[in-house]
Amino acid sequence: MTFLIDLVAATLRNATPLVYGTVGETYAERAGVLNLGIEGTMYAGAFFGFAAAHASGSLTVGLLTAVAVGLAAGALMAFLSVTVGTNQHVAGIGITLLLVGVSEFSNRLVFGGAGTLPKIESYALLSPFGLRALSQYALTYVAFLAVAPLGWWVLARTSLGLNIRAVGENPEAADAAGIDVARTRYLALMIGGALMAIGGAFFTLAALGSFTLGIIAGRGWVCIALVIFGRWRIGRGVLGALLFAAVYALQLRLRILPGWDAVPFELLLALPYLVVIAALALSGRNVDYPGAYLKPYRRA
Amino acid sequence: MTRLRWERRAAPPAWLTPALPVLAVAATFALTAVFVVLSGAGPLAAFNELFVQPLTTRFTVLEILVSATPLLLTGTAVAVAFRTGYWNIGAEGQLLAGAIAAAGTGTLVGGLPRPVALLAMGAAGAAAGLGWALLPALLRVRFDIDEVVTTLLLNPVALLLVTGLLNGPWRDPATGFPESERIAASAELPPLLARSRLHLGFVVAVALVAVAWFVTTRTPAGVRLRAVGLSPHAARFAGIDVRRHLLGAALVSGAIAGLAGVSEVAGIQYRLTEGVSPGYGYTGIVVATLGALSLPGVAFGALLLGLVNVGAGTAGRRLGVPSQLGQVVQATLLIVVVALLVLRRYRIVRAGKGARP
Amino acid sequence: MTRPRADPPAGTAHAIEARGIVKRYGDLLANDHVDLTVARGDIHALLGENGAGKTTLMRVLYGLAVADAGTVAVDGRRVEIRSPRDAIAAGIGMVTQHFSLVGPMSVAENVVLGHTDGFRVDLAAARRRVTEVSERFGVPADPAAIVADLSVGQRQRVEILKALSRDCRVLVLDEPTAVLVPQEVDALFATLDRLRSGGMSVVFISHKLREVMALTDRVTVLRGGRVAGTVATAATDEDALAEMMVGRAALRPARPAGGRAGAPVLIVRGLSAAGRHGLPALREVSFELRAGEIVAVAGVSGNGQTELGEVLSGMRRATAGSARAGDTELADTPPDVVMRAGVGRIPEDRDASVVGEFSVAYNLVLEQLNDFRRGTVLDERRIRARAQELIERFSIKAGPDDRVATLSGGNVQKVLLARVLARDPQVLVVAQPTRGLDVGATQYVRSQLVAQRDRGAGVLLISEDLDEILALADRILVLYEGRVAGEVDGAAADRQRLGLMMAGRAAA
Repeated sequence: MTFLIDLVAATLRNATPLVYGTVGETYAERAGVLNLGIEGTMYAGAFFGFAAAHASGSLTVGLLTAVAVGLAAGALMAFLSVTVGTNQHVAGIGITLLLVGVSEFSNRLVFGGAGTLPKIESYALLSPFGLRALSQYALTYVAFLAVAPLGWWVLARTSLGLNIRAVGENPEAADAAGIDVARTRYLALMIGGALMAIGGAFFTLAALGSFTLGIIAGRGWVCIALVIFGRWRIGRGVLGALLFAAVYALQLRLRILPGWDAVPFELLLALPYLVVIAALALSGRNVDYPGAYLKPYRRA
Repeated sequence: MTRLRWERRAAPPAWLTPALPVLAVAATFALTAVFVVLSGAGPLAAFNELFVQPLTTRFTVLEILVSATPLLLTGTAVAVAFRTGYWNIGAEGQLLAGAIAAAGTGTLVGGLPRPVALLAMGAAGAAAGLGWALLPALLRVRFDIDEVVTTLLLNPVALLLVTGLLNGPWRDPATGFPESERIAASAELPPLLARSRLHLGFVVAVALVAVAWFVTTRTPAGVRLRAVGLSPHAARFAGIDVRRHLLGAALVSGAIAGLAGVSEVAGIQYRLTEGVSPGYGYTGIVVATLGALSLPGVAFGALLLGLVNVGAGTAGRRLGVPSQLGQVVQATLLIVVVALLVLRRYRIVRAGKGARP
Repeated sequence: MTRPRADPPAGTAHAIEARGIVKRYGDLLANDHVDLTVARGDIHALLGENGAGKTTLMRVLYGLAVADAGTVAVDGRRVEIRSPRDAIAAGIGMVTQHFSLVGPMSVAENVVLGHTDGFRVDLAAARRRVTEVSERFGVPADPAAIVADLSVGQRQRVEILKALSRDCRVLVLDEPTAVLVPQEVDALFATLDRLRSGGMSVVFISHKLREVMALTDRVTVLRGGRVAGTVATAATDEDALAEMMVGRAALRPARPAGGRAGAPVLIVRGLSAAGRHGLPALREVSFELRAGEIVAVAGVSGNGQTELGEVLSGMRRATAGSARAGDTELADTPPDVVMRAGVGRIPEDRDASVVGEFSVAYNLVLEQLNDFRRGTVLDERRIRARAQELIERFSIKAGPDDRVATLSGGNVQKVLLARVLARDPQVLVVAQPTRGLDVGATQYVRSQLVAQRDRGAGVLLISEDLDEILALADRILVLYEGRVAGEVDGAAADRQRLGLMMAGRAAA
């Protein structure tokens, strides 16, 4: 029984950065832009959030710095894909490489490239009801109780959300209705970027309390898959995040069970990724991509 | 207030092709200078270290070629795929698969004469890279599932496979470190010159770029591949089997990336290590884009990035600028080039000119 | 010749009064001093063939194009219309053939898009507004329904609702029945009838005589950019309208003497296919094409011609039926098999069917690259020689190394022609071959088609250009709503009769 409670707690915890990342990427893709800069944005959010918190002694400053980094990253992606209109795959990979490079450069500069970095006093676990399963970081509570529902609400029930959806589906119709397509896409990408960066900062400001190289380990890419798996809907995307996190948490715990320790733990670690690929293969056929996905909009 | 808008061009302007590299480097310089300054060095000194100094000594020039070797291969792999319209972002994973196969084969071919051993390793590595590329390719060709995500996700899986092997069955019994047994002597790619790490893999890489150039520009298959990438509808209309060509390009791309893994294992590391690829697969995307997806461009891009890599290392030692500057410069260069490439098709004009029909 | 004039009485403010509208596109005079007066509360038809100027006039009224000359008054007030915003502000609403809808969103969201106040979108209020407008004007719609789930007819009603909710006083519908099935047409007519009773003025653009006669109060007929006449519907009939639409059987251009047709080279039986939106576009079409003849497929755009060309080219699958060329079944085969069966194809969308970045030479040999090998390599010299030969033979005004994207439309067409004709096909499937071409190129292309026929090939000419069809065809098939509405002998055909068939009047 404790195994199960433990698993639930771990699932919620592991899913947190994925929720931020998936909601963020959903905003971008619903507006019609594939943002492959997510991996780099999460990485930069993790590093610069940590560095700022370390320098200022304040976690809030750290978090806000991460948000700023995310906004800038989103704006850069918007500039390349909306204003300039370049190939979105390459622009996104370029941004990821840039943000990872800048983070590691700054890491070297500030912390001297030591193997392990100093620890900061990270966010504490909150246990409002004393239940083990609900003993989570504030950021986790925010993710599930605020970001996910708010993310849904803004997209479904506000003018901004309406415009984002229109712009990603049929920019000509949106344009004809008087909507500023470019501005809407900028906003969507910047909001998305900020969320992604918070997701990255979760690792350093909450879970680990420090920064290590490769801390994101491809979870940005997982969010890309989760968005497709979620059919570009917030609710389903969050579900996908929970699924991935559950498999991840499960394999961590399976390892210590008798009989399972012979299975190489990397295989189990790989399991979540493979499950996502399988999910895509099974459900990804004839999927309705947003109508304007990958297409820069230029008024004819 | 005059508003600006984009207007399609009839043809790429003549001035752009020679001007682009110059503009790109200049813009990159301007944008990355701030990082140099932050680390306490002068921008000009840093750029001298990055772009000029490595060309001055024999050792560093050869190191540039060493550094360029895997990039020639991954750049070719990416260029061939992208050119056909297949977005292979998984070169990193395909490279690792090839490295695994090379390390595995390398320990088994001890008794064989070197040419046979090398061929066996090469074949195994190429096959592994192709195999790693197979699933996403099939999913795309049969079920229209976006290859960007599937190839991308297999990258971390490949890395996990590497660490799994190195921490488990392939852990070196002699040292206990997470690295594989050293491959047999006959499986090593021989060095080309004394006092240098430059190995036969470089020659193979150059030859492969040349072959890829030849195939894409001179053979019917290559022309068809390009047609599929440029205009799938027109290609289909002309009787070309678009799906078959996409699949072919995807698999060839994977095989070539696998060979990059072979090259690193058999020519530099002589064993499988966790650090066998510091992102060569992703850098391949940079190389291919810098070269505007052409094979001569890939050669140029690989050499340029090799230069930056070597320079970044020495800049680190001599100026105290973190060697990660190389990564920053590369990424900035990529973004700048990709933005400038848009100018080939569009130009900026004042809004209000030209009526809508 | 006096033009029939049955304008509404002067002195009252008309819903729309357009005078002297002139619109040029380069050399083409799309609207030549067109007058249009729409009385309040009328359903006014704008009738004409392809290229008559109807769409241009509507684009001018809706601000999608700016007239070179002329004035427009709405409800008696002069207005300047330079954008759809201006048109909407003036009270003109338009429903185009291409809907401006966002599929995954609901009806209410689509109606309210771009016109929300405040951060929050009150969906309940939006739904209420939709219901209110829907009931007031008698346009049934479910505000909560998702647009992507709606039928085409229902989507069209959403477009109508959008216009109505912007308080338009004149509703313009561009070929609204082109995408509807008969039941939906009836529903639309009922809706328009209710709108009219409510005082709305409607402009109904169409090429279908039956519908115009059934629904409208007044008809303005355009032909060749000019107004051929304006009549009260009650005072006219389909024959009279057809005559205005297509003109009298004028001097027919001399037709080249037809050869004797030989054995059938293309046999089509019961061919059906779906078009855009998955709706049936071809319905059990059957005909035969014989060697040494030109069979033209006539019809107004949107009646299945595009799909017919695509199926016979191997670019679209048929849903039923067969099309045999020799031993090969074409109905569900890829392009390379179609080509090997001896079928040459000239596509409707020529720019999408050449690789613009490739040279003329490469485009010329693209269908048969393997024939130009020397070992494993392409034989550049032979390719160039062949290209040079074809350039001369077909008068292509370009060098073998020029990028095709830089060629004029006429030369692109010649490249496609050369590619196809150089292989001496037995069957030629040709779609809109002279669309957008200048006079010289047009004449050239037509002479080539005749030459092919004389050579013994069977030519299927799908064209929207009646002049072209009358000039070239040995036999004419008319497609209407996906079916063969009639077949006429080329020599005996006249514009009037064809016009009637194309407009839905069964062959006499």
